[in-house]
Amino acid sequence: MLNAFAVLIDGLVYAAYLFIVAIGLTLIFGVMKILNVAHGSFFTFGAYGAASAVGIYFNRGLPEAGGYLLMVVLAMALGLVLGLILERGIMRWVYGRDEVVMALVTYAAFLILEDVVILIWGPGSYAAYQPLLSAGNIEIGELILSNYDLGLIAVAAMLAAACYWGLKFTRYGRLLTAVIFDRETAAAFGINVRVVYTVTFVIGAMLGALGGAIMAPKIAVTLGIGVEVIVLAFAVVAIGGMGSIEGAFAGALIVGICRAATVHLFPQVELFVIYAVMALVLMIRPYGLFVRAQPRKI
Amino acid sequence: MMMLLRRSAPGHGYFWFVLFGSLLGVAPTQAQNTAPPGATVKLGIVSFLTGPAAAPFGIPGRNGAEIMIEAMNAGKVPAPFDKVGFGGSTIESKYIDETGSTANVVTEFRNLVQRDQVDAVVGYVSSGSCLAVTPVAEELKALTVFYDCGTPRIFEERPRAYVFRVSPHATMDNVAAARYLLAKKSDITSYSGLNQNYAWGQDSWRDFAAAMQVLAPKIVVDKALFPKLFAGEYGTEISTLLTSKSQVLHTSFYDGDLEAFIYQEQARALDKRMTILATTGEAAIWRLRDKMPSGTIIGARGANGPLAPDSELNRWFQKIYSDRYGTPPTYPAYQMAMSLLGLKLAYEKAKTGEAKPITDQVAAAFKGIEFEGPSGSVKLAIGDGHQGISETAYGTYRFNKETNEPEIVDIVRFPAECVNPPAGVNADGWIKGGMKGAKC
Amino acid sequence: MVRGDRIAAGSAFLAAAVAGFMLPDWIISLATIAFANGLVVLGLIVMWRAGLVSFGQALYYCMGGYAVALIGRWGGVTDAFLLVLVGGLSAAGISFVIGFLLARYREIFFAMLSLALSMILYGLLVKTESLGSTDGLNVIVPTFLGYAPHQEKLIVALYFLVLVVCATAALLVGAYFRSLAGALAIPVRDNELRVEFLGMSVSRLIHTKLVISALLAGTGGALAALAVGHVDPNMSYWTTSGEFVFITILAGAGSVGAAFVGSLAFESVRSFAFAMLPQLWEILLGSVLLLTILFLPQGLGSLIERLHWGREAKAP
Repeated sequence: MLNAFAVLIDGLVYAAYLFIVAIGLTLIFGVMKILNVAHGSFFTFGAYGAASAVGIYFNRGLPEAGGYLLMVVLAMALGLVLGLILERGIMRWVYGRDEVVMALVTYAAFLILEDVVILIWGPGSYAAYQPLLSAGNIEIGELILSNYDLGLIAVAAMLAAACYWGLKFTRYGRLLTAVIFDRETAAAFGINVRVVYTVTFVIGAMLGALGGAIMAPKIAVTLGIGVEVIVLAFAVVAIGGMGSIEGAFAGALIVGICRAATVHLFPQVELFVIYAVMALVLMIRPYGLFVRAQPRKI
Repeated sequence: MMMLLRRSAPGHGYFWFVLFGSLLGVAPTQAQNTAPPGATVKLGIVSFLTGPAAAPFGIPGRNGAEIMIEAMNAGKVPAPFDKVGFGGSTIESKYIDETGSTANVVTEFRNLVQRDQVDAVVGYVSSGSCLAVTPVAEELKALTVFYDCGTPRIFEERPRAYVFRVSPHATMDNVAAARYLLAKKSDITSYSGLNQNYAWGQDSWRDFAAAMQVLAPKIVVDKALFPKLFAGEYGTEISTLLTSKSQVLHTSFYDGDLEAFIYQEQARALDKRMTILATTGEAAIWRLRDKMPSGTIIGARGANGPLAPDSELNRWFQKIYSDRYGTPPTYPAYQMAMSLLGLKLAYEKAKTGEAKPITDQVAAAFKGIEFEGPSGSVKLAIGDGHQGISETAYGTYRFNKETNEPEIVDIVRFPAECVNPPAGVNADGWIKGGMKGAKC
Repeated sequence: MVRGDRIAAGSAFLAAAVAGFMLPDWIISLATIAFANGLVVLGLIVMWRAGLVSFGQALYYCMGGYAVALIGRWGGVTDAFLLVLVGGLSAAGISFVIGFLLARYREIFFAMLSLALSMILYGLLVKTESLGSTDGLNVIVPTFLGYAPHQEKLIVALYFLVLVVCATAALLVGAYFRSLAGALAIPVRDNELRVEFLGMSVSRLIHTKLVISALLAGTGGALAALAVGHVDPNMSYWTTSGEFVFITILAGAGSVGAAFVGSLAFESVRSFAFAMLPQLWEILLGSVLLLTILFLPQGLGSLIERLHWGREAKAP
């Protein structure tokens, strides 16, 4: 009983983390058909930005809420700048090329940005634990849960709701849906696809940076944190269906719960449970859970 | 027709040849710029300069090398290491990143030895790198000193001629951890483990569990958790441990992962329920400070950092390192310093006249060497005189609020022969066989 | 094969062979690994021509490497030719089996499923402590049909082994490209349905390509294992696959030779960057890739084509 509850809570916390890092990736893929490896860099910059913000703000006796806000704002501002630079400076020159070429361009950007991090912040690691520890914890039975983790679940749920609402009920969301569905027809109907691309890429970058900012207090912000995130986000997005928000939501939940159950029950297989789930889902549903097979063009 | 014409144009092969030649030609050629032989000794220093292992190991190791080499070249190291450089020859160093595939690491090792013509290579953090470099070093007859990697397999698989490791291997870390734990908390009934799912974590856990089995067979293992290396998120593991009844948690996590775990477990008060035993905890105390739970049992992969015995050499090393880098040296810096000092002594022992000793002479002098460094005395007693053993120490962490500094109290020292296998005995088998011949 | 091409390939091979006697050992061993990796890239080119990109080619590379390490260690086999053959065939065998599944996938889904499979192998190897976990295993020193060279001679012998295997592979793959099945790659990429209407089975065509590319990757892994002298699970990690895709894009799918030129160029640039900028080599590597994609859209291989155009323009 306790185990089931623990699995559920741990699964949800992990799913929240996965969803937050995967949503920007799936958005960019859905609209632009770019498998964005530089998503890891957005995460990294967000985390470093948040760590810097914590360094500036905390331990000065200022109200804590301001610190949370500064973390998020600084990280998202970094995401905005980075997204704009990448999209306007590099990506737009390769639109229309092979998907793998575009993915490789983002890989090149990722390599370069990894070293830009060293140039800006140096090779040492940063701590940003204050928000995590000051949030406190609650005891439920034998388990002690961190309020920050519970907050993470809430943030992920809100983010999911906001994305759903944004796509379904706002003008820009509908434009996006049109582009996702059929780029050429959308352009023929007068949608400025270029602007849509820029905005989407920047939003994706900001979401990636947000993921980094939210995770920063829980980890040591150090070199190489982006690499882990990329492949995790890929897995989640592939399970749910590339480019589908609902898919990312479902994918994160499935992976989160499966991983938590594995750690509690069979810790030996934790290392590849995510990939096993991914392979299994792709075997049964080759296009992921939430994407219908494309019609074949003759 | 156009296609045909185009494809049959001559000169194709010439093009390939030029491309091939020019690409290889881009390789740098600093090797030619060195001073006449004898005047300088050239060292290749390999360590993680990028990636997640840079901050905890790679950079302290590199810093340790940098400051040690500077001091040696200035002749400022306290006696008996006060000769300039290596026996009067200035040391020139070249730093290379250890990041990348094993093929990269081996290629870069060859480049150092054959292209840059270094006299010796000092480095390597990852045990995988050390295992891969060893046969190449032997084949090239290149003097190589490993500074941080911990696997005992290097000298157990077969005797080596040109490869040395002054730093003791990882066996003693976990044997000493078990001995310290049982000395301080003899009433525990069960313990759990949290180790990274790769060779280092698996070996650490296996050694610790085997040592506990020998020393206190009644104490049982509860949970043995192996999260992915650099996973960053340990919520599920913490829940699992919170539901466990064990009183102690063994972990060989290091810096980034250790810090992340400590922040996350503090938020959920795991350390109020069980004592954490961190075999490499020392490397993180200067960064975690009051966030490292008081009462944590701390190791430093030997008598390094605050666990190092007090000596003039140790105080000197702590001072020059802290002055330069603004933080006290952690164990990788000590291991690097010890490796360089050992190499220096061997070199000076081998050097008879003015001429530079050849590699075989240095290797012969290095074998079985014994000296006192910043981390106390070390002796290359096992692995046919190529593998160092030294005493080690464990202690309990406290954050001293008055001085606002971390401190380690309740230190227990274990003699080298107590926690290391005797010469010629396989480490794994030694522990499982009841640690015969241990002199404590 | 057109005569000019034959002369070209022959002279490239000769030049590489002569280089084996003239250049210093460190260049030879760098080239050995680069050409071994070039085989993997050649396999990726075979698939790329049909529009498929694998982010899991490291699976076969790793299989080939571990096959060599294990047979050498426990089977007592030391002959390099036999070891390489077994390495290649074991990878091809695995690929034949999982090909029944993989051949149904396209585009990003193909890439992701192959990535998942290679990561499962990675996980299994890391969990297997008897195989050294992440520390990996040393590979035995090979013999060549009874000839047992050491040190410098071993390096040269390995280099020639790699050259011979690469030349054979290049010839065979070149022949495959000109065969009907090979020529159908581009129509498959453009429109599978039309190929089906011609009466060909697309999934069988793709299955064949998967096995060919796995054979090449396994052989490459086996050769790399012999050249490096060590194998570890990282050979199967997704970044290894990513690096091969990286080189493929750098090389371009234009010709068979491009795979080896691209791989050699990549290794040289990486090594150069390591020596020049020990802490910032990724910037250099990333910039080279970016500039190649932006200014040489068809990869390094296209330089050759351009050269021909230039010549023709001058000589009417």
